[in-house]
Amino acid sequence: MARHVVGPATEIGPGERRMVELDGKKIVLFNLGGEFFALADRCPHQGASLSQGTSMAVIDSNCPGEYGYARAGEIVRCPWHAWEFDIRTGKSRFDPRRMKVRAFPACVEKGEALQLQAETFPVSIEEDYVVVEI
Amino acid sequence: MNVIRPQASPGRPLAATQGLIDVDIHPRARSPHDFDPWLSAAMRDRLATYGMRARHGFVKGPPYFKSQPLASRIDAWTPEGGTPASDPAFVSTQHLDFHGVDIGILNPLQPSGQGDQNNPFSVAMAHAVNEWQLATWVANDDRLRASVVVPYEDPEASAKEIRLRGGDKRFCQVLLMSRTSHPLGNPKYWPIYEAAQEVGLPIGIHAFGYSGWAMTNGGWPSFYIEEVSEHATSCQSLLVSMVLEGLFERFPKLRIVLIECGFGWLPSVAWRLDKQFPSLRHELPHLKRLPSEQIREHVWVSTQPVEEPPRPEQLLDCMGWIGWDRILYASDYPHWDFDDPRFAIPSFIPEAKRAAIYGGNAKKVYDF
Repeated sequence: MARHVVGPATEIGPGERRMVELDGKKIVLFNLGGEFFALADRCPHQGASLSQGTSMAVIDSNCPGEYGYARAGEIVRCPWHAWEFDIRTGKSRFDPRRMKVRAFPACVEKGEALQLQAETFPVSIEEDYVVVEI
Repeated sequence: MNVIRPQASPGRPLAATQGLIDVDIHPRARSPHDFDPWLSAAMRDRLATYGMRARHGFVKGPPYFKSQPLASRIDAWTPEGGTPASDPAFVSTQHLDFHGVDIGILNPLQPSGQGDQNNPFSVAMAHAVNEWQLATWVANDDRLRASVVVPYEDPEASAKEIRLRGGDKRFCQVLLMSRTSHPLGNPKYWPIYEAAQEVGLPIGIHAFGYSGWAMTNGGWPSFYIEEVSEHATSCQSLLVSMVLEGLFERFPKLRIVLIECGFGWLPSVAWRLDKQFPSLRHELPHLKRLPSEQIREHVWVSTQPVEEPPRPEQLLDCMGWIGWDRILYASDYPHWDFDDPRFAIPSFIPEAKRAAIYGGNAKKVYDF
């Protein structure tokens, strides 16, 4: 599994999300109160983009008539059929064992530890055209 | 290095080799004033003063929450924040272009004036909605076809509107809702069917509508999921009524398309009718054929929602009983329960049959 540096952590504020494309895979990053989580940006049902879904809380119930509210913003709800997934694990709320969206490890690391370096490409001049290889 | 050109319609299923026809798209007015050009001053005044008055208790909105705002895909709101399916250009781009839909059928729902408590207003609104479909939608994109919206609780006026649209190829069906003040086979409604047969249009019956009666035969339910699964029972009632009243004996060319009604319930109700028929037919001397024969000859169904039994062969059995030539692809765009054509028709259905569902069957029933 390759590591990708996505950007400065401050660019995605708490409660925000960002869609990125890494190695051709569409990934949605969530910031939950400073912790970062990454899910495949494709609902396992019909493929809608989870990055366009709303974030919500867990509304739980031990029995009919009793309701609890917790974990505000930690559940993403698909923009199409409203399937709900736990942002921390990718597991669905309705069938967590069998239905899940792929979760990828995400973390915040110090810039100096990453030894960031600008990407360079070889440039050559053939006749009068500038050609860049990427 | 090779450059891959972006596909024109990345969302079109490969199996749609007989065309991709979507029989359920819901255009929406930006505001009720969109209908003004085709309403008389008196009806505009009525609309502004009293609004729409559906036949149920909650006149300000639907009686159940609709899962997502305006019952729609979150990503169907326009980039400018406009309501879903209110901007024809955005519908063409997001839905018709992306999925490569060849023909899309418009089924305007509320606010269309259908089933309104005031019949003259319902008559005026239905006419205005039909003109609005042509001017705003069909004129903008020739892939779209309109439905003849009719004020079905006034069947004579409905028949007049149907005859007015007869022969206009921009209209492809007559649109009714499934919940009506009487069961839809009741002779009260026969002028609608007579006119439809006369002009050669199928009858599309879309789930929902407000009848004034409770949604279940046990009263008003508690949850939206009860409302949407209840369609199985209200559609059984309307179909049983049509068969037993002798509608198909009287109008032998009638074609009924059940849209968004599901279809898992259909074989079982036909089996039940066939079982009772030999014993109880003395009350029904006007019926010459088994109920199941009439259903198979006159009824088409749409996908969305497709029942999803865990064992695929159960769905194949059910679809096979209904008829592989009787099932039509529907998206329900822009609603939250939208079906992406690539994923809605399961791949365990043989490819030729999927092709018929995507387009071939609709071409035949709608004469496209």
